Amino acid sequence: MFAYIFRRLLIAIPVLFGISIIAFFMVRLVPGDTVTAMLGTNYNEAQAELLRQKYGLDKSVVIQYGLWILSVFKGDLGISSFTNEPVMEIIVGRLPVTLELTIISIVFALIIAIPLGTVAALKRNTPVDYSASFFGMFGISLPNFWLGTLLILLFSLHLSWLPSSGFVPISDGLWMNIQTMLMPGIALGTAVGAVTLRMTRSSMLEVLGEEYMKMAKAKGVNNFRLIWKHGLRNALVPVVTVLGIQAGYLLGGSIIIEQIFSLPGIGQLALQAISNRDYSLLQGSILFIASAFVLINLAVDIIYAIINPKIRYS
Amino acid sequence: MKETWKRFRQNRFAFVGFLFIFLVLVVALFAKWIVPYDPFAMDSTSSLASPNAQHWFGTDQFGRDIFSRILYGAQISLKVGIIAVGFSLFFGTIIGIVAGYFGGKIDQVLSRITDVLFAFPDILLALVIMAILGPSLTNLMIAIGIVYTPIFARIARGAVLNIRDSLYIEAAKSMGVSSFHIMRRHVLPNSIAPLIVQVTLSFAFAILAEAALSFLGLGVSPDTPSWGIMLSEAKDWMEISWWTAIFPGIAITLAVLSFNIMGDGLRDALDPRLKNER
Repeated sequence: MFAYIFRRLLIAIPVLFGISIIAFFMVRLVPGDTVTAMLGTNYNEAQAELLRQKYGLDKSVVIQYGLWILSVFKGDLGISSFTNEPVMEIIVGRLPVTLELTIISIVFALIIAIPLGTVAALKRNTPVDYSASFFGMFGISLPNFWLGTLLILLFSLHLSWLPSSGFVPISDGLWMNIQTMLMPGIALGTAVGAVTLRMTRSSMLEVLGEEYMKMAKAKGVNNFRLIWKHGLRNALVPVVTVLGIQAGYLLGGSIIIEQIFSLPGIGQLALQAISNRDYSLLQGSILFIASAFVLINLAVDIIYAIINPKIRYS
Repeated sequence: MKETWKRFRQNRFAFVGFLFIFLVLVVALFAKWIVPYDPFAMDSTSSLASPNAQHWFGTDQFGRDIFSRILYGAQISLKVGIIAVGFSLFFGTIIGIVAGYFGGKIDQVLSRITDVLFAFPDILLALVIMAILGPSLTNLMIAIGIVYTPIFARIARGAVLNIRDSLYIEAAKSMGVSSFHIMRRHVLPNSIAPLIVQVTLSFAFAILAEAALSFLGLGVSPDTPSWGIMLSEAKDWMEISWWTAIFPGIAITLAVLSFNIMGDGLRDALDPRLKNER
């Protein structure tokens, strides 16, 4: 098992290194000078030079990268040229919002996907199955930003049930927090739910055809126990992997959803960094999001190997 | 081929998707002649008019006919789809075939680059590329094309690995046939089936990505009748005019849904063994 984890870690390291290179150099290609953006109308050459020295922008890009990556290892992602705060602190401050959004989306996705996917498999080739399968396909095709817009139109503007935007932290009241996060969670989670539904259905179909299921049925195991204990528990193994892959989608999708619902998360932060030409913040956000994606997938691979020994010995 | 087409036609869902795509293609090609109004023409006397006999889908804040703009929007979506997916297909296939065929260090390097690009959520990567290139239709197509290149590279590489050690490849090599010729004549045709499916599915992604980036203001220029731009503008007006937000969204969803169900149908038709597994 440790050998497997070690092997997976070894593969992840060059990928993480590659991410840092791409994040750093891509940001350097964004047109517009961060110092000019910072000084705005107060721009003058002397002050600009001072700022370039302060942020190390007067050095060659290779040296800048070297210095940056060394400080990344120490947990320092640099200073935001726009707010003058440490990038790491800004990201950590925004993390709970994105994390909560991701969790709500996944919970919503699972609530839809597991029962519907299971029922679709059990009622294969019936109208129930067709409807669930169509819902699965529809959910994948529905743009999350349009779904978000529709939810605002219905629940905020017409029914006035939920606030159309803004964020209330849990510390200011759980109910208020849920009210602000419900629509974004649904908008982001629907596509994940659709993908997971399709996976649950196909995985369940496979399990239902297994010999041990037929044997359990022949032995008179009651239906609920048969489906729950023998069927679903085995069928959910590959679903875990799909959810891991979907985590990347959620991180990407959060950029647009956070923007629509004015949620102060990491996605919105990346967008702000782009519009402010805030190099440190942008490369920090990109590095963080992409690394999180790699690490989530690594964790999913390891969990998958724990619950499915065939993988770790292959 | 005939068998595949027959199997595809038997899948009613997929065939309906195919017909809808065909319709969108016709609309996009003949939009200029079909549209009831000039999609750019502003009319302050009829701004935000609700759907009626003259303006089936109503008008936007500048009095522009939403139905005409949606028909024109089909052009943008398909153009982005064709060029962006064509870009990804071309470069991705070359990278994948070269990596898979030569193996060794070339494969290691190309596969690691692909892995790294895969680690970026597609919208984030496209956003940063758009920030670098600047908002325009051409840049949008390049950005989406770059984002989806690794998928094609991975598929092509996988297909090559399946046949690389086949006897007929060995035979061709031993007869002195050039690597380029082997890749073009033997390797590429064997990678076609999975690539065709991916092309269809990537069309759906490309349409979504274009709409998403335009929605965020980092896509095409604001006066372009793109479905994403229309939705983005509708945000400010939808409280008093729901139609501005509904119809462009329906257009995006139907187009993406059609490509998705067609892609699914193609996968079943090209590899019927998979049908029961899904």
